Amino acid sequence: MASYMLRRFIGSIIVMWAVATLVFFMLRFVPGDPIAAMLADAGGPDEIEAMKRNLGLDRSLFVQYAIWFQNMLHGDLGNSIYGSRVAVTAVLAEAIPRTLSLSLLAFVIALAIALPAGILSATRRNTATDTTVSLLAFLGLSMPDFWLAILLIIVFAANLQWLPAIGYAPLSDGFWPWFSHLILPSIAIGTAFSAIIARMIRSSLLEVLKADYMRTARAKGLTPWMIMFGHALPNAMIPVITVIGIAFALLISGAVVVENVFAIKGLGRVLIEGILNRDYPVVQGAVLVVSAIFVFSNLIVDLLYGVIDPRIRLN
Amino acid sequence: MTLLRVENLAIDVARDGGSCRLVHDAHFSVDRGETLAVVGESGSGKSLTALAVMGLLGEGLSVSGGRILFGDEDLAQMSPQARNDLRGSRISMIFQEAMTSLNPVRSIEHQLIEGMRLKKRLSRRAARARALELLAEVGISDPERRLKQYPHQLSGGMRQRVMIAIALACDPELILADEPTTALDVTIQAQILALTSRLCRDHGVGLVLITHNLGIVARYAQKVAVMYGGRVVERASARQLYRAPQHPYTQGLLASVPRLDLPRDTPLRPIPGAPPDPTVRLGGCRFHPRCPRASDLCATEVPPFVTDGGHEVACLHSGSQSSKPKGAAA
Ligand SMILES: Nc1ncnc2c1ncn2[C@@H]1O[C@H](COP(=O)(O)OP(=O)(O)O)[C@@H](O)[C@H]1O
Ligand SMILES: [Mg+2]
Repeated sequence: MASYMLRRFIGSIIVMWAVATLVFFMLRFVPGDPIAAMLADAGGPDEIEAMKRNLGLDRSLFVQYAIWFQNMLHGDLGNSIYGSRVAVTAVLAEAIPRTLSLSLLAFVIALAIALPAGILSATRRNTATDTTVSLLAFLGLSMPDFWLAILLIIVFAANLQWLPAIGYAPLSDGFWPWFSHLILPSIAIGTAFSAIIARMIRSSLLEVLKADYMRTARAKGLTPWMIMFGHALPNAMIPVITVIGIAFALLISGAVVVENVFAIKGLGRVLIEGILNRDYPVVQGAVLVVSAIFVFSNLIVDLLYGVIDPRIRLN
Repeated sequence: MTLLRVENLAIDVARDGGSCRLVHDAHFSVDRGETLAVVGESGSGKSLTALAVMGLLGEGLSVSGGRILFGDEDLAQMSPQARNDLRGSRISMIFQEAMTSLNPVRSIEHQLIEGMRLKKRLSRRAARARALELLAEVGISDPERRLKQYPHQLSGGMRQRVMIAIALACDPELILADEPTTALDVTIQAQILALTSRLCRDHGVGLVLITHNLGIVARYAQKVAVMYGGRVVERASARQLYRAPQHPYTQGLLASVPRLDLPRDTPLRPIPGAPPDPTVRLGGCRFHPRCPRASDLCATEVPPFVTDGGHEVACLHSGSQSSKPKGAAA
């Protein structure tokens, strides 16, 4: 198990390196010149040359790559080539907590809905409860998240005025300001995720409930609660965890879109502004962080497997 | 004193609007400290009968007639909650599937002690101490280490021993063992059977030992009930049954399995034909299509039980050798 995890960890680092490299070169083949964008009509050819030299963009692509890579290893992701040329790490340090807060809260809310929904529909298969859950899940899956986001703003922020419509407050401002700004976007992002997980839990549970060991648990005269949480769920969650790992990616990409609707300056906003401005270092940094989140959430899923399934942990 | 008495038990399965009878008439009893073997070919309704006693019939299945007397209470009339209270504490069950009957992701310790903690209100420490004793009792060496292990680290025979320990954990009065050795190696089978019947005798537990192999029960059971096509057709002490089987089906079963009490070269003669399909209506004695002694009457008349010195048989033409009809009135 330990050596397996070490191999997975090294594999993850290689994946991140590959993604970062790919993005580095892809960005430079995207049409559009950052200097032209920055100086607009204001600069002559001399100024453009000076600017390029200043930013290191006059060197060959491979030299640029080598410098970027070396700096990255030292934790220096460069500076934005735009505006006040603020350090990329500073931009990210501001954006990451927002996106992470958003995704994690969405994750928690989604699981808090999916778990009981999945359990109810599996244990009451083919009843009104089951049908209702299936319908809601279908609805949740078919609604685009940006659309749901707008709907939520109209209802809960504009009409009912229960929650702020846009913006973000850091946790240091207090729990409620932070939480209240994140509820609506979290629901917008988490709904589809929740629907996927609920359906997955349902089908996985239905399979597990037929198992011989479940009959053994019933033969012990255990309480329904002990049977569900002590025997059925620990088995049913094994395939669900795989899906959670994959669906977490969906959550992050959902965050990128929904941040823009709610004007939260998280990684999504940073990424999109960076691309529009051809702000290479910022885009590279943001992509690096997003891929790190992906890779490490998958790593956590692998770890969870071992925690939940002794057949993996002990082999 | 009679511990469990199953009377005229019938079990139906619901199917497309109607229902289909799977068990017609299961009828037997077992006393404390006694082993009753329920024997019959696969499909004769043995497992369903045991599950009905446990109250664990699957979806669509229901008890549609008869009584299941445990002490002086009819289990068939009890509330689901009351039955759940009995399960695991006063009645427990050992299943056929030794390899898959334990939960793969829970430790042996958890699976052994959870019942004791719930039913006997034992502390974790007390339950654990008892679990160690139980493992030693079912012949598992190094119980300390085994407690921490998971089912996949145990062999099939060892898993079935753990199942026996689980069944014994709360000192039940009755254990139902549904073909507990079929999934195991031949060498392990005898060990497990001997262990189960010895423990039940020592603890004064009534044991219903279900098997399709009439050859093995002689050593372990005091009484035998032979089941065919959802009906018990013969009941006797194991000794009587082996010495003088009365029902043609029992005779056929005995002729089809190797026996220790007969010369080695006695040829095995399987019963021709197949057990009845429960979905097809069949009048009279359920064995008559396969019976060498069947008469026209057998196709219309359900044979009543006839008792002769504690040896009960439901057949119009019963008897050791003779094929002379006795008539329905006998
Ligand atoms: N859930 C069910 N639905 C329909 N038929 C069933 C069901 N369970 C068992 N049966 C049928 O009932 C009969 C008796 O089954 P069972 O009690 O398992 O037999 P045994 O244990 O003696 O081999 C068989 O013909 C089997 O096909
Ligand atoms: Mg069976």
